[in-house]
Amino acid sequence: MSKPVVEVFGLGKRYRIGRQRTIQDGLLRMVNNWLLHPVRNRRDRSAGTEEFWALRDVSFELQAGEVLGIIGANGAGKSTLLKVLSQITEPTEGEICLRGRLASLLEVGTGFHPELTGRENVYLNGAVLGMKKAEIDSKFDQIVEFSGVERFLDTPIKRYSSGMFVRLAFAVAAHLDPEIMIVDEVLAVGDERFRSKSMAKMRNAAKSGRTVLFVSHSMQSVKQLCSVAMLLEDGRCTEYGDVNEVVAAYQEGGQDEPLTPVVELPSGAPDALGRGLRLAFVTPSGQPQATFDAGQTWQIRLEFEMFRSLQRVIAGVGVTRTDGLPLVTYWSNPQDLSAGRYSVSFDVDAPLSPCEIRFVVGLSEHMHTFYYRESLGKVRLAEVKEAGRPTTSSEAGICLAPCRPEIQRA
Amino acid sequence: MNHGKAQLEKRIVAGRGFGPEIVSEMWEYRELFWALAKRSVLVRYKQTVAGVLWALLRPLVTMVVMTVLFGGLMKMPSGGVPYPLLTFAGILPWMLFAQSLGGATNSLVAEGALIKKVYFPRLIVPLSACMTALIDFLIAGVVFAVMMALYGYAPTWRVAVAPLFVLMALLTALGPGLLLSPLNARYRDVQHLTPFIIQMGMFLSPVGYSSEAVVPDRWRLLYSLNPMTPVIEGFRWSVLGTGSLRMTSLLYASAFVLVFLLSGLWFFRRQESVLADVI
Repeated sequence: MSKPVVEVFGLGKRYRIGRQRTIQDGLLRMVNNWLLHPVRNRRDRSAGTEEFWALRDVSFELQAGEVLGIIGANGAGKSTLLKVLSQITEPTEGEICLRGRLASLLEVGTGFHPELTGRENVYLNGAVLGMKKAEIDSKFDQIVEFSGVERFLDTPIKRYSSGMFVRLAFAVAAHLDPEIMIVDEVLAVGDERFRSKSMAKMRNAAKSGRTVLFVSHSMQSVKQLCSVAMLLEDGRCTEYGDVNEVVAAYQEGGQDEPLTPVVELPSGAPDALGRGLRLAFVTPSGQPQATFDAGQTWQIRLEFEMFRSLQRVIAGVGVTRTDGLPLVTYWSNPQDLSAGRYSVSFDVDAPLSPCEIRFVVGLSEHMHTFYYRESLGKVRLAEVKEAGRPTTSSEAGICLAPCRPEIQRA
Repeated sequence: MNHGKAQLEKRIVAGRGFGPEIVSEMWEYRELFWALAKRSVLVRYKQTVAGVLWALLRPLVTMVVMTVLFGGLMKMPSGGVPYPLLTFAGILPWMLFAQSLGGATNSLVAEGALIKKVYFPRLIVPLSACMTALIDFLIAGVVFAVMMALYGYAPTWRVAVAPLFVLMALLTALGPGLLLSPLNARYRDVQHLTPFIIQMGMFLSPVGYSSEAVVPDRWRLLYSLNPMTPVIEGFRWSVLGTGSLRMTSLLYASAFVLVFLLSGLWFFRRQESVLADVI
């Protein structure tokens, strides 16, 4: 049995958080430490900085060809784990052993410079990602074809549309050929056609025997691509093993969730452009409820806050089944918004059969989602029993079929 | 997936070493180094009409100003060499030093976006800044060669030593640069200090004048504490044949360079791992 390709033992990463220090603070602290504790350990820190363990005691092993899905809530430590594995930041404790070339995609277009042409940027980005020039030469045509920007290859990329930019950037990244690959699903952006091309490429990478670590918020993608999964909660690995079991454990966090007519939304990343505030489910007359009749029209009201003015902001609410299967997603019209609080109401008129549903909230601008939360709240769509009619149930299908034709003689 | 290649095993632990792996890593990432240097040069002249000519403007203008100021108005003795040549031969290594030091100091912050997203040995970043300065030096050097021809100055065998002085100018900047750039990443005050120091340094170095002719003997010792003094004088000597090489000051400068280079490298390596968290 060959050695595992990725071995992680007791990995921990600690950050000190506190206000940004200037030279005066640094000097003062040094002098203070030196005068008051001349023989003490130099690592004595004065008050004013807190410690925060983004990762604690994480251990796992991956064999060649395994695809590991890393899931967890925002702030659970997924990005930190990726950064430590990619050597972008150093671990505070623990050890990692990698047997193979590793490439990580934490962002597309790293190193892209707006003044350079598409061609020049392909070479630059390739070099940044670790490809040798010979490798880029041999894959150049494939990269260009995948991106679809052949006509504009010799124009500076500052003239590209954001879609073209992203496609070119992803095309370079998609042709990396490392033994170990770390991917953040947020990368697969763009229009629908390009998205599916990208997901297909990622799927191929996973199936071609490469070892992949895949971070995603979508349980569907994780189940599709991964054989093994890991759940991170507050920096610790709480579940590891078969992908279906781990995903179920993650979602079960909400199984005992009661029905809620109003959901307070959690805050997002500290430097996010905005956050969701509240979701409310109301009847057409404005009454918040947690149960509606299947087939009845009701409304989802989303309140959110923008911290900055942004253009083309889109608010979206997704309705999913309790296991995460998306049923229908509603989006607002793109609008330019300044900082402040806003609300948007979506009419739910989709014919959904009786079941329990949960919600996903997303706020985005352009191609970039700056707030995203899954598995929120719970609402029941109740069966409407009508005398003389067959009962409807979600076992017959997700959708309601209101139409009941009469049978005619042929 | 192991097609008979040697399995490379990489261990990642807290605390990075200061050993020969520095060199092997740099070699592995040499293409990225060239890509970054090439990018700096390309980007500077995109969308300009004059393009590369702008690289020549600053040394030329400085030379003219110094010739007029020191040679014409103040009538500083030049030791027998046409003033424009004298100043240009001083400006070239000085600008190499100044640009390398300034570029290296700011380099980590400038490439912050890259550093936070991709792994590569961070040493490439300040080195790449020095490379950009070197390229500018070579371009201006061509103009200098033309000027020498115009004045009828043919280079002697001493010119063979010139590259050594060029290297020294680079290393004199690199050492302090490696110390200052991680400091700058943490405390942005540094990038405001360096241009000021460089500005002062220019007047305290024999750029616009020949120090033998100008600096009185009692200040000579203090003056030679400036490591760039022997470098500039040496460069001038090798290219124009004026002045003499003072071995003691050269030795001092070499020691200075070595000390700063080693301490700079050590400091940089220690800071390297936390850079992504701090920038």
